[in-house]
Amino acid sequence: MLNLKLKIWRQKNNIDKGRFVEYNVDNIPEEASFLEMLDILNERLVLQGEDPVTFDHDCREGICGACGLYINGHPHGKYKNTTTCQLHMRKFKNGETITIEPWRSEAFPIIKDLMVDRSALDRLIQSGGYVSVRTGGVPDANSIAVNKHDADLSMDAASCIGCGACVATCKNGSAMLFVSAKFSQLALLPQGQVETYERVQKMVARMDELGFGNCSNTYACMAECPKGISVTNIARMNRQFLAAKIAEPLKK
Amino acid sequence: MKELNSKIPAGPLSEKWTNYKAHQNLVNPANKRKLDIIVIGTGLAGASAAASFGEMGFNVKVFCIQDSPRRAHSIAAQGGINAAKNYPNDGDSVYRLFYDTIKGGDYRAREANVYRLAELSNNIIDQCVAQGVPFAREYGGLLANRSFGGAQVSRTFYARGQTGQQLLLGAYGALSKEIERGTVKMYARREMMDVVLVDGRARGVIMRNLVTGELERYAAHAVVIASGGYGRVFFLSTNAMSSNGSAEWQAYKKGAMMANPCFTQIHPTCIPVHGDYQSKLTLMSESLRNDGRIWVPKNEKVAERLRKGEIKAKDVAEEERDYYLERRYPAFGNLVPRDVASRAAKERCDAGFGVNNTGLAVYLDFKEAIGRLGQKVVEEKYGNLFEMYERIVDDNPYETPMMIYPAVHYTMGGLWVDYELQTTIPGLFAAGEANFSDHGANRLGASALMQGLSDGYFILPYTMQNYLSDQIGVPRFNPDAPEFMEAEKQIREKINRLMAINGKQTVDSIHRRLGLIMWNKVGMARNEQGLKQAIEEIKALRKEFWQDVKVPATSGGMNNELEKALRVADFLEMGELMARDALMRNESCGGHFREEFQTPDGEAMRNDAEYSFVAAYEYQGPDAEPVLYKEELKFENVEVKQRNYK
Repeated sequence: MLNLKLKIWRQKNNIDKGRFVEYNVDNIPEEASFLEMLDILNERLVLQGEDPVTFDHDCREGICGACGLYINGHPHGKYKNTTTCQLHMRKFKNGETITIEPWRSEAFPIIKDLMVDRSALDRLIQSGGYVSVRTGGVPDANSIAVNKHDADLSMDAASCIGCGACVATCKNGSAMLFVSAKFSQLALLPQGQVETYERVQKMVARMDELGFGNCSNTYACMAECPKGISVTNIARMNRQFLAAKIAEPLKK
Repeated sequence: MKELNSKIPAGPLSEKWTNYKAHQNLVNPANKRKLDIIVIGTGLAGASAAASFGEMGFNVKVFCIQDSPRRAHSIAAQGGINAAKNYPNDGDSVYRLFYDTIKGGDYRAREANVYRLAELSNNIIDQCVAQGVPFAREYGGLLANRSFGGAQVSRTFYARGQTGQQLLLGAYGALSKEIERGTVKMYARREMMDVVLVDGRARGVIMRNLVTGELERYAAHAVVIASGGYGRVFFLSTNAMSSNGSAEWQAYKKGAMMANPCFTQIHPTCIPVHGDYQSKLTLMSESLRNDGRIWVPKNEKVAERLRKGEIKAKDVAEEERDYYLERRYPAFGNLVPRDVASRAAKERCDAGFGVNNTGLAVYLDFKEAIGRLGQKVVEEKYGNLFEMYERIVDDNPYETPMMIYPAVHYTMGGLWVDYELQTTIPGLFAAGEANFSDHGANRLGASALMQGLSDGYFILPYTMQNYLSDQIGVPRFNPDAPEFMEAEKQIREKINRLMAINGKQTVDSIHRRLGLIMWNKVGMARNEQGLKQAIEEIKALRKEFWQDVKVPATSGGMNNELEKALRVADFLEMGELMARDALMRNESCGGHFREEFQTPDGEAMRNDAEYSFVAAYEYQGPDAEPVLYKEELKFENVEVKQRNYK
């Protein structure tokens, strides 16, 4: 059992200035997940008549991308390839102080406490992160052969869960890793080729519109990505962006 | 009395859907623009339906409970999606997929629906590949397949252990495309509070904005409920935290019937329960049963030493191990359907052979596969699942066998729908896990994704058009009409009532107690006495909830405790209906196992003479018993026999 001190960011809404509030939580089982530890805290707060801590979470098995807390200065905590919901309390020491903050980035306004608005990521995908096919009238699946190596790389890129840790950790608030992962998934497959040049220009333009910053190649995004998405995707997108600007620039 | 008309088209089984499509009514493009459709949920069924409606030219409003449509719980499906492509040339066909699904569901599903599902399975794979879903491929560049439970062919397409995620991202892409075009309007962080009826037809919904706490009214010509299943009535399940049954339940209370509510899938390969603070259970994909072998010790004393931690699994000699699935079911071995595998695990544990300190676990062992294929191949196939296991349990499954135990995973029951996926309320449709349609009493692995997408991409676009064809003269509805205002008023009163209780128990603590009643008495094995007790206990707990729950007032509109309380209030009613249905069904079939009805060797014993029907319930008011309607199931294309996987 662990006894811990939590420093949690509390903020009523987007207008409130927010502050850290300290909580002591005792008797936390080591097998509990980090979010279950917060559940235990919240259950106690409710019984004391206090406002429980608000945070995003859903599948609790590391795939939906809903959860995302800044834990002791790292998005999703310091362990590699781990989402917040997959972090277990056995990774912490008895008596430790844990600092918990929301994602902090201009493109992600805080809604309440540890919950932020990441809808900008949806708007990025809407700008072109898909193959524009309609339902029906498509060819037989095996009429499109894909080199296994490319298919595997595409799947690597497609593993992004859209949690936003890359944006939150980037000193520029850039969404390059997120956008390049979606771009690369499609660019590596024949199905995505037709719209590649258009897609890359539209997605980059939308990134600028939404107030995401530029990439300055610190690779913090890759280091903190819970799904191990590689910055080679960024390089691929940059190459294609340049090629697109020369070959088929979009009219403004 | 309402009439249950399943509206199955005439003609031979293999031509029914073709005939339907040839004769359905259409809506011309100019009229489509004047018609509005509301879709609740953005999982595979909801997202694919909304995107397809948008492409067709309808005006669509789509709602999700999460912060983004990409996070719906379809995303957590791991293993794969079935299709009758027969790419591996191992003898598969549309008929065989249909047959396996009917048999897997223990002959409690409609033939016509299941055949259509099998037919459409191939279109789904084509559609997803065209969207850029990165399915696994062979070295020659063509698509790879693997096997799943309940089938003797390899028909499962997959994207590593993340198939649901990739299919959902495909549908989310299609949805995003339509949002950008302006045909679909997306509303995130909203939960459905009620469906609004005008002159007996579904004409809109009341939503709660989870950020502001405001109630919002939306009107449309038709409503689709694609809000998933209600497995969280058991508290612990593999479902996501926000998964709930409230949208279905509100529809039920407005007159849509609930069908086969007791048919629950308990998935055999989940990480065992380890503590009472636990919030959810984690599934280990069924695909692991392709190479993993399930066993417990042959000797009870060895099991006891394992439970006490005196010895480890690897200390148990080969001849001391009981590979009980291979022993009992030589033909299907470790790949028997889920209900069979789950019950067999429970049987061994109840008999005293279970492992883990709780005695509620069995081993899933990869030693033989690692020896046969090498660790590298095993890692390639299941690496992410092994990692996930190690993170949760703190044990390396390459060295020690995994420990697994069954957990609640899926609800086959749901809103009753006809062949057009329309509920008993005109204009109200249900798709995906929210309806009861295709899986009978047990769903086969890799069939949920197939059903969600076939409902959304390929069925609703046709049947919705058929429904709307005579609505073209109906003008847009005003969401300030009295029916909407009245529905909103009632929800506001319900919320006020909940907030005013100010009792001493948290929502979760009551939900946990409901879960225990359900798991112990309406779970993997049920009997008359237990079910009768469960009904009384749930009633009492419901009363306690309404007298003693504590829902704190919060600053601002966001109130997670209130959200949970509204859902648990519904679960406390749903649980009772599930127990009633289980009590009514005096037979064992699929996931519904009544201890009184089993063969001498412990297999489920169906009673086809008396129970070959879909049980559909009609709401009669609070605390009144619902009325049971029976839809007889006719089997003309398969021979109904006792399931045999031996």
